[in-house]
Amino acid sequence: MTIAYSGDFEKEILTKEKVMSLVTADHLEKTYQIGEISVNAIRGVNFTIEPASFVSFVGPSGSGKSTLLNMIGCLDPPTAGSLKVVGQDIARMDRKQAAHFRGEHIGFVFQDFNLIPVLTVFENVEYPLLMVQNWPAKERKKRVNNLLDAVGMGDQGDKYPSQISGGQKQRVAVARALVTNAKMVLADEPTANLDGETANRIINLMKKMRDEFDTTFIFSTHDPKVMQSAEIIFTLEDGKLLQRQNDNGGTNA
Amino acid sequence: MLNVIKIAARNLRRYLRRTILTSSLITLGVVAVLLFISVTGSFKSMMVGQITDSMIGHLQIHRKGYMASIDNLPLNRNLNQQQVAKVKEVLSGVDAVESFSMRIKLGAMFSNFTETTNIRLNTVIPEQEVKTVPLLSERIVEGQKKDVLLQKGEILIPELIAKGMKVKVGDSVVLVANNKDGSVNGKTFLVSGVLEGISGPGGRDGVIHLDDAKELLRIDGVEISEIAVRLKNMGDLPRVFSSLKGEFASFTNKEGNPVFEVHTWKDLSPFYNIAQMIDLMTFFIKIMLVAIVLVSIMNVMIMAVYERINEIGTIAAIGTLPGKIMALFVTEGFLLGVLGTAVGTVISLISIAVINAAGLTFNFGRQSNLVLAPTIGAGDVITIVLIVIGIAVAASLQPAYKAARMDPITALRHV
Repeated sequence: MTIAYSGDFEKEILTKEKVMSLVTADHLEKTYQIGEISVNAIRGVNFTIEPASFVSFVGPSGSGKSTLLNMIGCLDPPTAGSLKVVGQDIARMDRKQAAHFRGEHIGFVFQDFNLIPVLTVFENVEYPLLMVQNWPAKERKKRVNNLLDAVGMGDQGDKYPSQISGGQKQRVAVARALVTNAKMVLADEPTANLDGETANRIINLMKKMRDEFDTTFIFSTHDPKVMQSAEIIFTLEDGKLLQRQNDNGGTNA
Repeated sequence: MLNVIKIAARNLRRYLRRTILTSSLITLGVVAVLLFISVTGSFKSMMVGQITDSMIGHLQIHRKGYMASIDNLPLNRNLNQQQVAKVKEVLSGVDAVESFSMRIKLGAMFSNFTETTNIRLNTVIPEQEVKTVPLLSERIVEGQKKDVLLQKGEILIPELIAKGMKVKVGDSVVLVANNKDGSVNGKTFLVSGVLEGISGPGGRDGVIHLDDAKELLRIDGVEISEIAVRLKNMGDLPRVFSSLKGEFASFTNKEGNPVFEVHTWKDLSPFYNIAQMIDLMTFFIKIMLVAIVLVSIMNVMIMAVYERINEIGTIAAIGTLPGKIMALFVTEGFLLGVLGTAVGTVISLISIAVINAAGLTFNFGRQSNLVLAPTIGAGDVITIVLIVIGIAVAASLQPAYKAARMDPITALRHV
């Protein structure tokens, strides 16, 4: 599901967020203190993301993409403003609550795949169900097999991460991110370590998964080909949201 | 929890060489401690057994002040008839007491008709003595071992005097002793055996019958220097000692001073100090084991956390609670401890069995060919196992806490 462009980005945020937003940022700011220097990584950003969207944050290095994804993923609290994810104000969460929230609602796909090397493909996908959500064994097995089949890794379950290719690792990572029925998957530069063809396959896979499971995918990229695959593109520069572009051509600056 | 154990075990397998090295170090420590405890424990219990079962008994009761002047073997500090009766009455009422033996200790001149020397004598009622110190007859190295130990008119002489004076079994000897009134009396004895000397007080005393001693010392009624007591179970010693001490303390003379004094073998034998030294050494060996386990596990776990920072970031990001991350690393330390301890315990028990089968012997003081028979109690093994595993867990706590507190973003950025 994507949102129709109304022509007034700020107004659209305010009206729609109360009804159906998955993520709502309101004058969101993030400032890092490095010694005596304050670095404003995110400066007063407003946006909303609706359920089942396929969203990309793009921008040059240092523009704040990763910081924004980290805040949406409850890994980093905002310095000012408000950020609501699945209706919850993440600034009010402590470490434990944030971890619990992530385990419940958010899946992650990393640039370096970040599979656990001592676990097989099956066990890597199983890990969040086992260690985070405590699913019963039977349901767990069924769910993992479904996900592995969905990402085309059904016959690779017994292999260890060291025995599969980069593209296959990222497929496993996507399956792991989706296995908990997460409402959204955050992917920070998910294709940066993949060749062009594999990168396209991963993006297509993510889109297919979005269609299949209605899960929102939010990823960051600086690859023009990859960013074009997104249905909504937020362009960031120097910590500010410059533009929101929909796949129907609508643009808001 | 099973899942945490499973993943922790796999992480240990991932770094197999390091796991083997660390657990080997723990194994080595456990083997060293268990073998040390078993060998020294066996040595200690054997020596204690020798001392208590062939000489001292578990407890001794004297007239107050006797022990302070025992070097002189004073005859004027013997228990009188009434006091002996009181002691008998008290001891007969204690279930834990197996037997007791009345003795008169004295010093005498020993003559083989050509040479004369000093001798310390332990005079006993043989039937009581063999029940109270059953290993005494085992110390007879020459002469026939008899059920009754010795008859009236016979003497068991210490090995040193037998050799020094060239006295053999069957020879006649004369004992001359000072009496309480200052007079001197002599009596002829037949040497019925030669006693092996052992370390500690009374270990080189000769033995004669109590009736002969009374005749030699011209004692008419009942006079006893010491009463040696044997318990049914030596483990009851602290309890029985405490009870007897309290009971005998209640008997006072006209001046209100206590009449009796009670001592355990620990107060009477200098070997107790050696036993304490052994215990102290065991304690320090245990401390070394704790240090080995602490340092090795801590080192490994710090390395494990450092090497897996990115992985910690990943599992934290996908929602693993800090407590579970901590449990994961503590479990790794726990499993390392369990592995090292299990292997160490098995090797130790096998080694103990091998040493026992080999029948190794050693010499201690004048005693030779003592068989080394190490044994170890389940309690000692369990204590060591628990200490090692406990320390392994404790050593993992700090690195595990660090892992659990790690900021996921910083951890994910770590290369």
